[in-house]
Amino acid sequence: MSINLLALIGAMLTIATPLVWAGIGELITERSGVLNLSIEGTMYLGAFIGFLAAARSGSPWVGLLAAVVSGVVAGALMAFFVVTLGLNQHVSGLGLTLLLIAICEFTFRLLYAGDRPTLDDKFTVLFRGTEVLAQHWLTYVGFLVLAPVTWWVLRSTGLGMRLHAVGESFEAADVAGISVTATRYVALMVGSALMAIGGAFLTLAVLGSFTLDIVSGRGWVCIALVIFARWRVWPAVLGALIFAGMDALQLQLAITSAFDAVPGELMLALPYLAVIAALAIGGRTVRYPGSYLKAYRRA
Amino acid sequence: MTGGATDTVARPLLELTGITKRYGDLLANDDVSLRVAPGEVVAMLGENGAGKSTLMKVVYGLVRPDAGTVAVDGRPLDISSPKDAMGAGIGMVTQEFSLVETMTVTDNVALSGTGLGRVDRAETRRRVVEAMERVGVSLDPDRLVGSLSIGERQRVEIVKALFHDCRVVILDEPTAVLTPQDVRALFETVRRLRAAGLGILVVSHKLREVAEISDRVVVLRRGRLVGDRVTATVRDEELAALMMGGSTDEVAAATATPAGEPSELEAAVGMGDPEPVQPAGAGPTTGEPVLLLTGLTVSRGGRDVLSGIDLTVRAGEIVGLAGVSGNGQTELVEVLSGTLPVTSGTLEVDGQDVTSADVGRRLAAGLGRLTEDRRGSVVPQMSVEYNLVLEDLPAYTKRGLLDRKAVRAHAEAMIERFDIRARPADAVATLSGGNMQKVLLARALARRPRVLVVAQPTRGLDIGAYRYVHQQLDELRTEGAGVLLVSEDLDELRALSDRVVVLFRGEVVGEMPVAEASPDRLGVLMAGGGSS
Repeated sequence: MSINLLALIGAMLTIATPLVWAGIGELITERSGVLNLSIEGTMYLGAFIGFLAAARSGSPWVGLLAAVVSGVVAGALMAFFVVTLGLNQHVSGLGLTLLLIAICEFTFRLLYAGDRPTLDDKFTVLFRGTEVLAQHWLTYVGFLVLAPVTWWVLRSTGLGMRLHAVGESFEAADVAGISVTATRYVALMVGSALMAIGGAFLTLAVLGSFTLDIVSGRGWVCIALVIFARWRVWPAVLGALIFAGMDALQLQLAITSAFDAVPGELMLALPYLAVIAALAIGGRTVRYPGSYLKAYRRA
Repeated sequence: MTGGATDTVARPLLELTGITKRYGDLLANDDVSLRVAPGEVVAMLGENGAGKSTLMKVVYGLVRPDAGTVAVDGRPLDISSPKDAMGAGIGMVTQEFSLVETMTVTDNVALSGTGLGRVDRAETRRRVVEAMERVGVSLDPDRLVGSLSIGERQRVEIVKALFHDCRVVILDEPTAVLTPQDVRALFETVRRLRAAGLGILVVSHKLREVAEISDRVVVLRRGRLVGDRVTATVRDEELAALMMGGSTDEVAAATATPAGEPSELEAAVGMGDPEPVQPAGAGPTTGEPVLLLTGLTVSRGGRDVLSGIDLTVRAGEIVGLAGVSGNGQTELVEVLSGTLPVTSGTLEVDGQDVTSADVGRRLAAGLGRLTEDRRGSVVPQMSVEYNLVLEDLPAYTKRGLLDRKAVRAHAEAMIERFDIRARPADAVATLSGGNMQKVLLARALARRPRVLVVAQPTRGLDIGAYRYVHQQLDELRTEGAGVLLVSEDLDELRALSDRVVVLFRGEVVGEMPVAEASPDRLGVLMAGGGSS
């Protein structure tokens, strides 16, 4: 049996990247007290719009920009439902996920009718030839810029304090002159943009193509990661790495002859089982943000 | 009565003119005008539902008045949010604190007015400490607010107002949730604010507090300002009359102590000398035990929250349970109610062992209870009539269907008997605290319990409701039931109980007839001075 550790680590970092972008996006929206279950759909939207714009323009950069814009729009739509209208967050999020995926699939079938289109130009890997460092720039930015900046903003800025106050006690935030509506809108729009980038990473960097099962539950994994991390940035990154590590491991084991007897489906389920185990062990004593799932209305 | 001189010529810091607010056909505020001068403490008295809260919300920008203006320093303001109010120099300390429990004291104080960029915590912390020193508050600025006591949280709110350079501080029912020690600390802080030239408006329904802290008293009744008096020269009877709407003579008669019998209103409002409160009961009784705890121990999270409690409540007596909040009272009420399991020991209600019985069987055995969490004891969106029968549904069910006529008839009878100011179909959520308590009292007493466990029965209630609850408990005793009264209000305990039991760190550390339960002695025991 031969497992290449360096290759494993390299694969882990790549697999973890969309989880880091989307997970931090979810973390930001949840910090404001909004569970954003539209994450799966928003990632899908980012993947599709990113692909479409890149395909039409010939530039992955245009694709990424379009994905960000689509994420902002999806976040604003979610905010309109749960903040302005005060609708149930679960229903709004799941509904939006179904809607976004359906629209993307429909458009994709309409435009490409059974083709399997590929991009002429996708993001290329930096440090090609090395096993661990050969990663996309979005991976580097995700781990080395996005995560520390988010951590710092949440911890040391007035923006972070506002988010914290709104998420924990929106009455107190309101009395302190902080607009609950504006804060939640911003959190949802920024967070959803990050989710869309996470999705676009799959089409613009990894695959250079679009398939109908492109996101395949990564958004739900992010929801679990955020709870597992208790709304803290670094544990969320760690969670993403653990999940991605399990995934990379099962990919390697699947092509290792010693594991031929193990059904492939079981291997595929391995990372998800890890998520369930992590939540079962660590998730029971979670203290949720004070205004989690609640819509704010002045008494 | 104490109280500083009032300089009525000074230009008012805060001036309300002709504030009017209507909710449907209810006139919550009717042309209310009021001034607070610099260095003046004005108390606003009024029963629950008199319109105090609405008026405070108007001043704080949470409610838009239909007419009238709010001015600070002679400048009329357009206040449409708490931020505007704070910007204009008005700080508000509400009953429900506006604090983020997972943030530190410093962050909470500085939250309002923080920009979007980097927060200079060291500098903010220094300024927060400085603000605390100005009012003589000592708190660790780095502690999480969630770990502070209620009294400490209130101090954070006051520091917050000061930190934002507020010149008028409004305290809404500030003592409702405080221990006697905290009340003293609060009043000291208020005096320092006054000395610093701030204008202070204290909203309250407790005459004794008003007398102690204010320079001037205004009285609100049914939305109208019905009196404005200098504290030093006004008689309590007069204020009580203004609040309740009776004539002065009427109230004076009601509060005059008939020979040999104590006046509950007197105890409630502290009109007479507060010290020699006589026991209302007939002294030690020999009735059969209706509540018997033997070696009752309860563990929670690996720690004994109650250990080896032996306690007897006999028929026809009220046993008062004293203790500083957090010494096991809440758990004791929960374990009696059946919502917290007994770890060891036994629990008997009227001779039946109910140690491991569920709530329903305990109720059937003759237990009634009134917990301190009023809102948690009702279904807020459900009507008064259904909340009233919630514990006794089988009695109102015919062939599996709810007998609506019987429910309505019962509700009407209870509303009449307990003077509940609501209609049967009103949602309980719309009721005032006093009326909600009456609903709960009605529900508990309608079942004719052998023993009633009550916790903080009058917390946050106005004089009328306070007196009423005491009357009901007294009547219950007269009818031969037992009462276990858990209260942090020593006056209440001493006015009602036959015996007082003191709880400290989950153990009974003292038990005595009420005649021996002086505040000093109770205070020592409550602080742990009686345990070895």
